[in-house]
Amino acid sequence: MGKKTALFGRHIDSGAKMVDFGGWDMPLHYGSQIEEHHAVRSKAGVFDVSHMTVVDVSGSGSREYLRQLLANDVDKLTGPGKGLYSCMLNESGGVVDDLIAYRRASDQTAGQYRLVVNAATGERDLAWMKKVAGDADVDIRYQEDVAMLAIQGPVARDITASLIPADLHEAALGLKPFCCAEANGFFVARTGYTGEDGWELIMEQQTARELWDAVIAAGIVPVGLGARDTLRLEAGLNLYGQDMNAETSPLVSGLGWTVSFDDEDRDFIGREALLEQRAAGLNEKLVGLILEDRGIMRHGQQVNTEAGSGVVTSGGFSPTMKRSIALARVPFAAVDQCEVQIRNSSCRAGIVRPPFVRHGKILRSGKQ
Amino acid sequence: MNGIPENLRYSENHEWVREEDDGTVVIGVTDHAQQALGELVFVELPESGQDIPEGDAFAVVESVKAASDVYAPLGGKVLAVNEALADAPELINSSPYEDGWLVRLQPAAPTQAEQLMDSGAYQQMLAESGA
Repeated sequence: MGKKTALFGRHIDSGAKMVDFGGWDMPLHYGSQIEEHHAVRSKAGVFDVSHMTVVDVSGSGSREYLRQLLANDVDKLTGPGKGLYSCMLNESGGVVDDLIAYRRASDQTAGQYRLVVNAATGERDLAWMKKVAGDADVDIRYQEDVAMLAIQGPVARDITASLIPADLHEAALGLKPFCCAEANGFFVARTGYTGEDGWELIMEQQTARELWDAVIAAGIVPVGLGARDTLRLEAGLNLYGQDMNAETSPLVSGLGWTVSFDDEDRDFIGREALLEQRAAGLNEKLVGLILEDRGIMRHGQQVNTEAGSGVVTSGGFSPTMKRSIALARVPFAAVDQCEVQIRNSSCRAGIVRPPFVRHGKILRSGKQ
Repeated sequence: MNGIPENLRYSENHEWVREEDDGTVVIGVTDHAQQALGELVFVELPESGQDIPEGDAFAVVESVKAASDVYAPLGGKVLAVNEALADAPELINSSPYEDGWLVRLQPAAPTQAEQLMDSGAYQQMLAESGA
């Protein structure tokens, strides 16, 4: 028996097929993963993402602490109510986890942040965060009692704006991408993991149950982890543990853009290792693959390129493109074409730059 | 449990076999199998004319989740494959016993199908496995 979110009963009542995910009982789908995927691309869907780990960081030392902990620089959060995507690294430059760090809406002095990290890595992350904090003046608090929903899709915000607390309507609708607002324990950010517009909402559990019911009553379909995975893959968004882990650096995981070297005095954990890797020359990179032959690419399959071999890190069927797509780690010099070893066959695939799909549109359909 | 057709024979691996009047057999996967697999997105079938030994992994069905082999419940020569599955693998989900058939075989030996379970035995096997 895994941990249950505040919405567990809703999932069962909706006929969800439940699976274990990082120690949580989560909905895989509510009948059709493919229909749920299309609903998010064409209209809107609601996800229970309460398994994600919400960690609040406060205290006079929190800014300096996060500048050390994270490979991206929280000083880019130039005012309250802003967020950024970052990795936290180990000393060897491997990825401990990826996360979104928000500077809270009430924060005028750069002393209050909210981090949302992955479910499966939550406990390990917390231990790491506390270790890095040492005796600095930071309070690291896992918000165990909150629930988190993601409402995603081209009309997600329009349909659900009126359902969130009245004192946040205007602020929520006015949010720019990656910005956040909050009032009375209700937190809203214009972020997501689907390649569509929408928001992610953190609130008390009872509020989440009421909001879930209201969102469903407004005609938005519930979406499980199955479609969440195909949506993020189409959007070219990495999944921790598959596309990067503690042994791979962000520089070979398509995440170089999230590492900020700008402030030379900022000695974030992993910086030295990444600088050494960069100086030595990167020998791998993360790319997108589009299968040209028939079949489905899967995690772990070998990729053969003219520059050497690599591996599929995430693969599957794209419901939007109606063919198989993948993320793969390949030799840095690999371009254009490769072959993926799918069981007994070598199948041709094109090497492209992700994302494959954003805002309902197919961006990559063949050769680069 | 949805109805398990009485006119078919069943394997322990959840394939079904339909014996035709002309001595050929049609093979597919059962409703229980398609439900366990999830939504199908790709099917790999053998070539017409190919000889398939009994027990051989002769086809692959891939769902949104994973790839699974389909094992031949009996041996024979492939007479035809269900071409419609190339563009519509979901036929296996929507119509496992009819439109979602996989292959038609000329059995290597005429009485092989009789070794397989009838619908009652298959239903009992599912019940005992808690399905």
